[in-house]
Amino acid sequence: MAEASKIPVTVLTGYLGAGKTTLLNRILSENHGKKYAVIVNEFGEIGIDNDLIIGADEEVFEMNNGCVCCTVRGDLVRILDGLMKRKGKFDAIIVETTGLADPAPVAQTFFVDEDVQKNARLDAVVTVADAKWLSDRLKDAPEAKNQIAFADVIVLNKTDLVSKPELAEVEARIRGINPYAKLHRTERCRVGLNDVLERGAFDLDRILEIEPDFLDAGDEHDHDHDHDHDHHHHHGHDHHHHDHGHGLKHYHDEDMHSLSLRTDKPLDPTRFMPWLQRLVAEEGQKILRSKGILAFQGDDDRYVFQGVHMMLEGDHQRKWKEGEPRESRLVFIGRELPEQMIRDGFERCIVT
Amino acid sequence: MSQAGPGGGQASIASITDRVTPVSLGAPVSSVHFLRDNAVFVGAEESVAFVDKAGEIGRVATHGGGILCAVSDGKRVVSGGDDGKVVAVDAEGEVAVLATDAKRRWIDCVALHGDGAFAWSAGKTAFVRSGKGEEKSLEVPSTVGGLAFAPKGLRLAIAHYNGATLWFPNMTGTPESLTWAGSQLGVTFSPDNRFLVTAMHEPALHGWRLADSRHMRMSGYPGRVRSMAWSAGGKFLATSGADSVIAWPFASKDGPMGKEPAMLAPLPVRATVVACHPKQDILAAGYEDGTILMVRMEDGGELLVRRNGNPPVAALAWNADGSRLAFADEQGDAGLLAL
Repeated sequence: MAEASKIPVTVLTGYLGAGKTTLLNRILSENHGKKYAVIVNEFGEIGIDNDLIIGADEEVFEMNNGCVCCTVRGDLVRILDGLMKRKGKFDAIIVETTGLADPAPVAQTFFVDEDVQKNARLDAVVTVADAKWLSDRLKDAPEAKNQIAFADVIVLNKTDLVSKPELAEVEARIRGINPYAKLHRTERCRVGLNDVLERGAFDLDRILEIEPDFLDAGDEHDHDHDHDHDHHHHHGHDHHHHDHGHGLKHYHDEDMHSLSLRTDKPLDPTRFMPWLQRLVAEEGQKILRSKGILAFQGDDDRYVFQGVHMMLEGDHQRKWKEGEPRESRLVFIGRELPEQMIRDGFERCIVT
Repeated sequence: MSQAGPGGGQASIASITDRVTPVSLGAPVSSVHFLRDNAVFVGAEESVAFVDKAGEIGRVATHGGGILCAVSDGKRVVSGGDDGKVVAVDAEGEVAVLATDAKRRWIDCVALHGDGAFAWSAGKTAFVRSGKGEEKSLEVPSTVGGLAFAPKGLRLAIAHYNGATLWFPNMTGTPESLTWAGSQLGVTFSPDNRFLVTAMHEPALHGWRLADSRHMRMSGYPGRVRSMAWSAGGKFLATSGADSVIAWPFASKDGPMGKEPAMLAPLPVRATVVACHPKQDILAAGYEDGTILMVRMEDGGELLVRRNGNPPVAALAWNADGSRLAFADEQGDAGLLAL
C-alpha cells in the first residue's frame, strides 16, 4: 500500500499532569471534519467525547529473544489490527501514552510489525510538557527526559504560569536535550492542529533538512541565536538570563543530549553503512533517535535514513538538485552518547 | 497483478474455476463458516451474510461495530465485537447476544465447546459459560491472544504473552502454565489432545507435548502465521505464513520434532488462509494474490479453484461432509464450489 493511503498515527506523550488530555480534547473538539480513533490508557477515567475510543493496557513485549531494544507495544499491535476492520470510519489514529511511558516501544511497533506497517504509519511523537514543572521533572524523572528527547513536536504548556525568565530557562533545558523538535508555547494546549497532526516526522520523503528548531522563536522571545549552528546542540547558551545564581549556566543535560555530524565531502557507502549498522547494534540502547541525509560517492541520489534505538530504515530519496550542496548531515539524540567514538567512526567513512 | 500463475503457469494445472458460483458480498470479509446448507460469511463489521446454494445473499446484523473474532461448531456462529458483545447466530439466522462486557471492552477471542459451552476474552480476562449457564472467569498475566477448548473435557487453553495457561474451569486448583518467551496470538489443540500449538507474534509456531510439556519449535516462516488447520484425523497441522502451505507432521508420539514439514503448493506469494477437508487428506489454500488451490496432501497434486490477480484471500471453509467449499477475499469477492 502506498505511504499516503496508510492511516497516520500520532503518539501523544507527556509527563503526568502536563496536559495530554487537554490537548487530546482540543484535537477532538475542533471543527476539522476529521474522525479520529483514539487509543487511551486509564480508559473511562477521563472525559473524552469520541465514538472510537479504545482502552489500552500498555503491554510492552520483547521481541527476538528478549533484546531490550526490540520491545513493541503488544496491545497496540492487537488494537491496530482490530481497528483495521473499521477502515473508512476514521481518518487518523491518536495514541495517548501514560505519563510514565517510554515512547520507544510505541515507535518501534511501527518498525517491527509487518501488519502494522502495511496499514498504518507513525506520523509524529508529540510531547506535552509543563512549563512550570518540567525543569524539576528533568532532574528526577527519567521518563520525562525520554519523552522530551524522543519528541518531534513539543507542546510547552502552561506558559501562563511562569515568568519570562522561567520560560526561557525551561526552553533552554529542552533544547539542551533535543534541539530538533518543533516547539510550541501554549496556554491550555492552545496550538494549531496542523502543528501537531500530519507532521510526517517519520516519513523518509519528508526528511528535508536537519536543522535545530531555534530560528522560529516566537514573538515574545528574543533569544540571540545567531551564533554558529554547529555548536548549538552542545551548549544552547542562554545569554540573557543568569538570574538563578547557578554561576555558569550550561543548559547541557548531563546524560541526555544530541550530537550532529556534518561533512561536505562524499561518504563511502561501503564503509558508512556497515559503520552505521554496527553503531546502532552496539550502542542502540543509548541512541533514542537518529536521522540523516547522506551524499554517497558516485551516487546522484540523496540517501535518507532514520532510526529508533537499534531499528533503522533508509532509502534513496531523490536526485540531488542542481546547485544544491552535496552535504551529509546526521543527528543522534541519546543518553551518554560515545561522542568521540561516533565522530571518529564517521570521519573514517568520508572519502579522502 | 503478478505475472506468473500458480506453480509457474496456471495453464499447467487442472482448473475447476468454472465450477465456482461467484458471490459478490460488497463488503470486507473476515471468515466463513457453514450452517447447514448456507455459507455464512462474517463481515469485518456489523453483519454476517447467509449465502445459499444458488448464491442468494441474506444479511443478518450481529454487531454494532467491528467483528474481531468468530468461530463455529456447525450449529451456530459465535462472534466477538468491538461493541463488547458476544453474539451467536444459528442456522435459521436467529441472533442471540450471549454476553456483554460490563466495561464495553473489545471481545478479542471466542471459542466453542462441543457440549454447548463457550468462552470469550476481553483484555486479560478469559470467561467460560458452561452449557448449563454457569459463568467463570480467569485473569492471565497479559491480554489474551487466543482461546481454544481441548477436544476432551471442559478445558480451556488461553494464549498470552510468554506462554499459555491451561484451565479446567470446573476444577479448583491452580491452572497449568506452559511458558515460552514471546507473544502468543493463536492457539489450537491437536484433535488427539496430545499437543498444544500457539501461533506467535514472531513468524513462528510453538508447541508443547501436553504429557510432559516438552517444547516444539516450529520456525522458518517469512511472515506471521494467521491460519492453522488440522487435517482429517490430525495427522498434519497445515499453516499459512509462507510461500507454500507448511504442513507439520503430528502423527508420531514426538509430533513434528526432528522432522521436516511438508511444503505444499508453492507460489511466488504467501499463503494467507488454509482449510483442511473434514474427511480426506485434501486442503484448500488461499494466497495473497487471490489464488485458491485445492491440494492433495499425499502427493501435492493441485487443482486451481480461483485465479490470481485479486485481493488477498481472507476466508475459506469446507462444509461438514466436505462436499462444498466457500471462500472470500478481503474485499468481499466470494465464491462457492460444489464438488
